Amino acid sequence: MALEPEDVRRAAHLARLGLDDREAARYVDDLSRILEMVDRLQAVDTQGVAPLAHPLDATQRLRADEVTESDQRERFQRCAPAVENGLYLVPRVVE
Amino acid sequence: MQWEAVIGLEVHVQLATQSKIFSGASTAFGAEPNTQACAVDLGLPGVLPVLNEGAVAMAVKFGLGINAEIPETSVFDRKNYFYPDLPKGYQTSQMYQPIVGPGEVEITLDDGTTKRIRVHHAHLEEDAGKSLHEDFHGMTGIDLNRAGTPLLEIVSEPDLRSAREAAAYLKAIHAIVTYLGISDGNMAEGSMRCDVNVSVRPKGQETLGTRAEIKNVNSFRFVEKAIAHEIERQVELIEDGGTVVQETRLYDPEADETRSMRTKEEANDYRYFPCPDLLPVVLDQAYVDHLRATLPELPAEKRARFQDELGLSAYDASVLASSRAMAEYFEAVKDVCGDAKLAANWVQVELAGRLNKEGLDIADSPVTAEQLGGLVARVKDETINGKAAKQVFAALWDGEGESADAIIEARGLKQVTDTGAIEAMIDQVIADSPVQVAQYREAAPEKRGKMIGYFVGQVMKASRGTANPQQVNALLKDKLDNA
Repeated sequence: MALEPEDVRRAAHLARLGLDDREAARYVDDLSRILEMVDRLQAVDTQGVAPLAHPLDATQRLRADEVTESDQRERFQRCAPAVENGLYLVPRVVE
Repeated sequence: MQWEAVIGLEVHVQLATQSKIFSGASTAFGAEPNTQACAVDLGLPGVLPVLNEGAVAMAVKFGLGINAEIPETSVFDRKNYFYPDLPKGYQTSQMYQPIVGPGEVEITLDDGTTKRIRVHHAHLEEDAGKSLHEDFHGMTGIDLNRAGTPLLEIVSEPDLRSAREAAAYLKAIHAIVTYLGISDGNMAEGSMRCDVNVSVRPKGQETLGTRAEIKNVNSFRFVEKAIAHEIERQVELIEDGGTVVQETRLYDPEADETRSMRTKEEANDYRYFPCPDLLPVVLDQAYVDHLRATLPELPAEKRARFQDELGLSAYDASVLASSRAMAEYFEAVKDVCGDAKLAANWVQVELAGRLNKEGLDIADSPVTAEQLGGLVARVKDETINGKAAKQVFAALWDGEGESADAIIEARGLKQVTDTGAIEAMIDQVIADSPVQVAQYREAAPEKRGKMIGYFVGQVMKASRGTANPQQVNALLKDKLDNA
């Protein structure tokens, strides 16, 4: 499956990646080649094979419902660009 | 043209765990911003989520409570989107293999009949943080305390046909989760939130109409109003020759209308995929059986038992079973007084009326179930009449006595059933009311029924409300008619 530049731009937007035209052209090639490999995989007969949710043959361990974390707000907020009244500040979100 | 509405609900229930679904941070409500957001909740590099057994147990209990299949394996997926209150860039949810499979919820309709609503599935997911849009120098403030709080999203089949049914369904879910103790069900604090899918079609038509989704409807009343409004909007639109577009709408309770939020063209593409940080969750039969053994009697079972074993009406049974606190209170009253119907009546009329008036919850009732049971027992064995019983109830409410018996004793409210004593009071009233007696005796027999009320009132007053009203009536009639 060959991608169009428009497909790459849409994927980049969904991932919030800024691509210039040169980069976009390169990704059209790279991603198209990856999708070719996916096409080949799609051709394998998987009738009767359950989808694999995780490559490890193990199951999820559960933790007891207990509060084990203490407040480390000050430490976490030291690397934030802007904070006020304990809140992280981000560029205004407009719905 | 007759129209039919087709409605499905997605209910998000906040689970009552101590810690978050994937981290050991506290879920307590009302803490200072970001003091309960740990490295996992913030999505810092290198952290790994570990699933909370408490959240799993609560989800499974809900599944068992609606007779759902509990699949052996469930899987967490990433739902990808960007929003500042979701620092990881994805919400961990369950898209393809949810923890709870298909089940059923029984709802009670206005006429007392019941209807079964199918639940498609219920899945576990994490809540996002909160954005505060007040002015922070043109910026938005983010509080991530709520990020990672466990939610159970319960998705119904489109089996609901009216706004009333949808509200009844939401109430039924509320009753189940609070009975199970898996959520506090506090809608004002956002512990239960609801998205509604609504479409309309001509009655009798098989194919579904185009649906609109109404987001974030957060009270029983608003659910009903928002849906009623949306049905009306869609019917009017179609009858005027328009078409419904698939879109997300927001309900504005103040204007009582829904407004378009975004249409499907610009809708998100969530690119779900299995979360590589979490392994498949496998629940063995012993674990599920152990949880099954801890289930309390649920609302539908209680309702059936109240009707079949206690002989209550469908209406009474459904009101009393509607909340666990109400049901437990009623049963305690019934056990003390030994009469289910009298107990049901007192809990629903006198107690519920007073609670409602004072804006109190049954859990905060100043009259305990033991006290009310003691009072109802004295009504049942006719120690006091109905009028005195109301006085005793008021005294118990105001904390003017430890028990009904103590109040009856202290205030001399014991019912007077001694015929001689009542006759003496009647003779006195008749002697004091010559005008009324003459009027009564001149009146036609069919008018006397009403007129006797005056004399009954006087005798009851003379007895300070303690005379047996039936006896007073019979004796009065005898004396007035046959003298």
